[in-house]
Amino acid sequence: MFERLQVMLMKEFLELRRDRWAMFRLIVPLIIQVIIYGYAATFTVNHVATAVLDLDQSQASRSLISHFVATGRFHLVDVADRQEQITHDINTGRATLAIVIHAGFAQDLNNGRSAPLQVLVDGTNSNTALIALGYVSQIVGQFQAEEMSGVPQARAGATAPAVTASLQERPWFNPGLTDRWFFIPGVIATLTLVQVVNLTSFAVVREREMGTLEQIMVSPIKPVEFILGKTLPFFLIGFADVALVTAVGVLWFQVPFVGNPLIMLLGTSLFLLAALGLGLLLSTFSRTQQQAFALNFFLVNPLFILSGFAFPIAAMPRVLQWLTLVNPLRYFLVVIRAVFLKGVGLDVLWPPLAAMTLLGVGMLTISVLRFRKSLD
Amino acid sequence: MTGSQPVVVAEGLTKRFGAFTAVDRLDLSIAKGEVVGFIGPNGAGKSTTIRMLCGLLRPSAGRASVAGFDVGRQPEAVRAHIGYMSQKFSLYGDLTCRENLRFFAGIYRVPRQERAERTHFAITMAGLEGREDMLVRTLAGGWKQRLALGCAILHRPPVLFLDEPTSGVEPQARRRFWDLIHTLADGGVTILVSTHYMDEAEYCNRITMIDAGRLVAIGSPRELRQQGLGGQLFEIVCAPLGAALAALRQAPGVLEVDIFGDKLHVLVHEQAVAETLRPFLTEKGITADPPRSIAPSLEDVFVQLVSRRSKAPGDAGIKP
Ligand SMILES: Nc1ncnc2c1ncn2[C@@H]1O[C@H](COP(=O)(O)OP(=O)(O)OP(=O)(O)O)[C@@H](O)[C@H]1O
Ligand SMILES: [Mg+2]
Repeated sequence: MFERLQVMLMKEFLELRRDRWAMFRLIVPLIIQVIIYGYAATFTVNHVATAVLDLDQSQASRSLISHFVATGRFHLVDVADRQEQITHDINTGRATLAIVIHAGFAQDLNNGRSAPLQVLVDGTNSNTALIALGYVSQIVGQFQAEEMSGVPQARAGATAPAVTASLQERPWFNPGLTDRWFFIPGVIATLTLVQVVNLTSFAVVREREMGTLEQIMVSPIKPVEFILGKTLPFFLIGFADVALVTAVGVLWFQVPFVGNPLIMLLGTSLFLLAALGLGLLLSTFSRTQQQAFALNFFLVNPLFILSGFAFPIAAMPRVLQWLTLVNPLRYFLVVIRAVFLKGVGLDVLWPPLAAMTLLGVGMLTISVLRFRKSLD
Repeated sequence: MTGSQPVVVAEGLTKRFGAFTAVDRLDLSIAKGEVVGFIGPNGAGKSTTIRMLCGLLRPSAGRASVAGFDVGRQPEAVRAHIGYMSQKFSLYGDLTCRENLRFFAGIYRVPRQERAERTHFAITMAGLEGREDMLVRTLAGGWKQRLALGCAILHRPPVLFLDEPTSGVEPQARRRFWDLIHTLADGGVTILVSTHYMDEAEYCNRITMIDAGRLVAIGSPRELRQQGLGGQLFEIVCAPLGAALAALRQAPGVLEVDIFGDKLHVLVHEQAVAETLRPFLTEKGITADPPRSIAPSLEDVFVQLVSRRSKAPGDAGIKP
């Protein structure tokens, strides 16, 4: 057992070493992707193109506008003087958001009456619209608080952003709600999965195509020995991937790592087990590299979408929620986010860890069983 | 055949892929130290048969045993006793000759103390001295095939299955490869080797001809030549050719007439018939030289057997 494994491993590393571009292919795309994700994948909305129609022209209205501009979230693209102009701005996409301060705003504020403030939002991108509206209510709330110091009963509430009672949100673990903190761990998991599943399935299918698989299979080698020899290198590469991407996340993007590295190690091992199992399983269904490519391509998106990386699982239809149960990425995301940001222990994380073990062992077993048959 | 137990036996060996039957009730028996050639057109089922005998494919019906082990029930034991060269070259191109040998020695668990000696033997046998550290993909065809054979015999298997080992190799290298095959057979190794080259079939102790998954004939090259045609073959130089052809088709005792270039090939029941041919033709105003007895090529035999079989379905061909 050990001897065959040894020559298998030696062969794998010799082939890897002879492949001049291997290191480049393994590392560079990974780093580039983390960096792109780190910068581009964010829910924070900045510089919302904003048009303003100030019909009040008072001290208070100007103060409110300057509150908006000061945050950096809003970028003033037009100071209009007629309603039609505002409508035009939104329709043409020149502005995403428009703020209309009606005449009498300051007066109402001073009299402690509800001061009307109208906010128009281009809802085409519902995500951006909602986020921008959230900022509006925050800013208005802040403005109101400041004004209230002078006028006790004042209200800057309007039709859309009603801020009569301000909600005290206090996010845990990610106090600034920095999206990057939420994203980077997910990126580590996703990229590693894609890389490892790809490498594993292609490596086996390539041997099948070259005919070397058949040559090995007429020897008395056991499928387990072959599979171990074939997957162990990718296990190590997977680990290197995780370490590398984690380093970029922590050192470059300053994502905190508050948890126990040992739990991270355990979680990564189990996740890689599942990823290798999945890769091998795909290889038993592919005769050619094209087929393996098609299968990989077909699987990566569902794995990503059904993982809770970006879209909350709780919001999915029941059937899709069930599907997420066999997605190793789903479990590793829980573990890796928890380890990075929460620092919770095994007492909390054992269910996803157990699920990954089950998935990994299950897929590897099916692969071993299907292995001989797949030569037919 | 010798009195000892046959090393490779197939009885009614059948492989179906879905509704398609690739190998159809094949019977085979190979004695120790025999070199048996496996001949048949593309898609005849040669590779499929060999892969079943190697334990790579499960037979759909029938049984086969190799070195005393049943290929369906004890494939692991079978694998430990065979060497196999697949039709497609299948060593690691990015590894050197030595690294490939080392890899297969490890996979077959060649005892450590014997490894150096056997690797050395494989290298000398393949004539690869001085090329040990070349990447395999940079080797020319003949070297590759000999190295593949070297890898296949590192563990000293008593049985070798070689699937078209010489396809695409230049004649001289082919000749050299066959010398290796005979050296191994002289050492008691039993060898089944498939080929497309009819001239190579002559180097075999016995030949198995198959077509469309069915056994067509089995026997030594001499036996096949003598009996395969079911008569004796003569060559006649005559003119005009067309008239002669038509006339001979009606002649008594003539089994088959074919044009071969500017001559006719005539298959007759027996020697005596041949002697009547010239007078028969002269009588019809056709000039003819005396018939000359010729040895049919194995290709003739094969074509003849296949066409006869397709005329009379159900006939499994001749058996010595
Ligand atoms: N895995 C398979 N699935 C379906 N059909 C197959 C399979 N393997 C072989 N066949 C078919 O079985 C038939 C016999 O194939 P086989 O490879 O044994 O022929 P062969 O005699 O080795 O031919 P060649 O001289 O071309 O190597 C062919 O028609 C082939 O298409
Ligand atoms: Mg073949």
